[in-house]
Amino acid sequence: MSFGALWGLSLADSALIDALRSAAAGCVDTEVGPRPSDLTLRLERASDLPAMAAVLVAEHSMALATVVATDETATREGDLAVRYVFEPTAAGASDRFLTFLVCVDAARAEVPSLTTVIPAVNWHEREMHDLFGIVPAGHPDPRALVVHDGWPQGSFPLRKAFDGSRRLAVESAEEFPHLVAEGEGVFEIPVGPIHAGIIEPGHFRFSSVGETVLHLDARLFYTHRGLEKRMEGRSPLEAFYIAERICGACSIAHGLGYCEALEQIAGVDAPPRGRLIRSIALELERLYNHVGDIGNVCAGAAFHYGTATGARLKERLQQMNEQLTGNRFLRGLMIPGGVRLDLPDGLLRILASTLEDTLAGLDSLMGRIESNPSVVDRLDATGILTHKAALDLALAGVAARASGVNRDARRDHPHGAFASPDAPALHVVTLQDGDTMARVRVRHLEAQESIRLIGEFIRRLEPGLLRVALPEPLRGGRIGISAIESARGEAVHWLRTDALGRVDRYHLRSPSYHNWPAVALAAETAIVPDFPLVNKSFELCYSCTDR
Amino acid sequence: MLRMLLNALRTGVVTTRYPAETSIPPERFRGAPVLRAGSGLPPPDICPTGALSERIESGSRHLALDLARCAFCGRCAEDPWAGAVTMGREFELAARARSDLRIEVAADAADVAAIGPARAREAAAHASSEIRRVLGRSLHLRHLDAGSCNACDWELTALLNPVYDVRRLGIDFVASPRHADGVMVTGPVTRNLETAVRRTLEAVPEPRIVIAVGACAASGGIVGEGYASAGGVDKVLPVDVYIPGCPPRPEAIIFGILLALGRLDARRVSQGVMGRHRD
Repeated sequence: MSFGALWGLSLADSALIDALRSAAAGCVDTEVGPRPSDLTLRLERASDLPAMAAVLVAEHSMALATVVATDETATREGDLAVRYVFEPTAAGASDRFLTFLVCVDAARAEVPSLTTVIPAVNWHEREMHDLFGIVPAGHPDPRALVVHDGWPQGSFPLRKAFDGSRRLAVESAEEFPHLVAEGEGVFEIPVGPIHAGIIEPGHFRFSSVGETVLHLDARLFYTHRGLEKRMEGRSPLEAFYIAERICGACSIAHGLGYCEALEQIAGVDAPPRGRLIRSIALELERLYNHVGDIGNVCAGAAFHYGTATGARLKERLQQMNEQLTGNRFLRGLMIPGGVRLDLPDGLLRILASTLEDTLAGLDSLMGRIESNPSVVDRLDATGILTHKAALDLALAGVAARASGVNRDARRDHPHGAFASPDAPALHVVTLQDGDTMARVRVRHLEAQESIRLIGEFIRRLEPGLLRVALPEPLRGGRIGISAIESARGEAVHWLRTDALGRVDRYHLRSPSYHNWPAVALAAETAIVPDFPLVNKSFELCYSCTDR
Repeated sequence: MLRMLLNALRTGVVTTRYPAETSIPPERFRGAPVLRAGSGLPPPDICPTGALSERIESGSRHLALDLARCAFCGRCAEDPWAGAVTMGREFELAARARSDLRIEVAADAADVAAIGPARAREAAAHASSEIRRVLGRSLHLRHLDAGSCNACDWELTALLNPVYDVRRLGIDFVASPRHADGVMVTGPVTRNLETAVRRTLEAVPEPRIVIAVGACAASGGIVGEGYASAGGVDKVLPVDVYIPGCPPRPEAIIFGILLALGRLDARRVSQGVMGRHRD
């Protein structure tokens, strides 16, 4: 299809596609999709990927949004496919995704690695190798990522032929080849996967000289549960309950992301009241996380007044969550097509008074933190992440904005009530320092903004429907894509239905997935005893990274 | 410093009196589903975690609910089954045996009451008195994340916040398994954590208890069994107490810990508390 004949392509698009075509040696077909505002470019030759990706990132300031591999062996094409999805990062850019699609022969599955061109693609490529057996040729670090000890060679769990319902025995394995620094006086400190506190599992291998961290090699995916495989073949509603439970702290965000992708496929929109309630819940989720995270950073700095205050404020918010939705993590509110529960006036009054108290308590806590030199000394200039590193790693959320990256999916990919014409303006908070203090301050300012936004959403509530029905069965072979600003940052959801309208493939790229490598970088500017502090200031989820 | 002191005084005591006093969850809270015998019961396949099952006995259909699997999503209590199933507010659901978490009703016999869980009362009573004899009234626990979604983990963290403050009950979380009397396991035991889970328990001195916290740990929950998941802690370790919930609220976890310690009877006698009597 000629791109000029396509509906909706602007002159800028034509220039971009021309630039991409001239970087390619093979044929490039262009089509609109998955959404009407998106473009998908089908590459005849996978070898064109590095040059074309370089054009996007270097010359058009686009960033990697997600990478989705799929097994197409049941279709006419009969092979594997990889989609590299990019999004614009320039200020004022429109809400769109640009996808490079390459097909790969399942018998000789290989694509050129993009990691040296786009560092953010690193883990995506290692995951694609572990789960689909697609080799990223030339990858600088081809170690296993998702599958651990003694995983059977040549078994790729996300290929359709693999029966994912069987439990596979754990085999004894050789020690994982950690990347460590060597030299006189260099110590290796192994930490985890089972940690001393009540936190999620991951293994951290520090190479240090005295207290100074030379290098940190983080090994994650201990909580890989095979959830994406488990969703395949299920009805869209059944799979929703799994999406809502990928991560506790992101229950609303991931539930909403799945629902919006599904609603695109179904061709329906949640009604205005349902969308407002969704957005209220999304801000409540951000609020209890941010408030709790500020308290937890205090724990890392041995400031117990702050820890207890943060925990008390978070508890009050979670008790309110239970009053509003019957669950302290807001589960049970979201449903494909809208929301299950209304927010009547009585509950809105409880909400308003809780938020008022929370705002006062949080401002007072930040005052105590900032006026306490022993705390400020621990937070200031600790665990610095540079602006450039944040861009290279396609960082999301609080950590990105604390390093001066002005990105927020609520503005860049409007969802929930932000997709309405009368949506309130969003104030995106950015700071420049990139240290632990900046990440704490961003959380404080964003919590204030969330409280303000909830007030705006409540003012816009009009009586009306809560949810709409989805057609059954859904249209087959359709793709839905959504990006949601969770408490941790932008999460990208990609969903495709099979011929019967069931889930064919679902993929979640959580904000933590892109942010984890940044924790290791920031830790290398710190000393070993500050690692818990740095780690808590990023506050990433393991469960939605590992899935 | 003075300001912190004043703030603390102004805040006052926020700690709950639970378990000395009962706790009533808010109206919308979704606790144990209540099944009413009759023909309006839902088909089992609507349950996203497979907690519902049915069998035909002498021509009549029986529907069973496994609370260990239940994600408390409320789907079976939605229309058109809202009359047959309602979400109750009971949250003190922990039990010593999986079979104790099974509720069964006859679907087509309107006058048959729900069949309660079959309980191995004697064995349970013996186990609690043993634990109490050896460990006394205090319990030091180690948290063990076996692949949870972090919701149960956050609720364990909440047990240490000023509101629940389980240290007032002699319960604490310790950093090393060697200092622990037992483990609180969250998550279905992923393949990638199975070795670490086994080794952590080995490091806990005997006698030790294992408490499975939440639906995934108790049964596999929404994760179930698969290439990356064992489908529940009892597939890998012997479990002493199962705490249903997705996640269980902090007070439900306190109830489960006290059940493990055999400290509930004393409370119920002294308070005369109504509720399901467990052991």
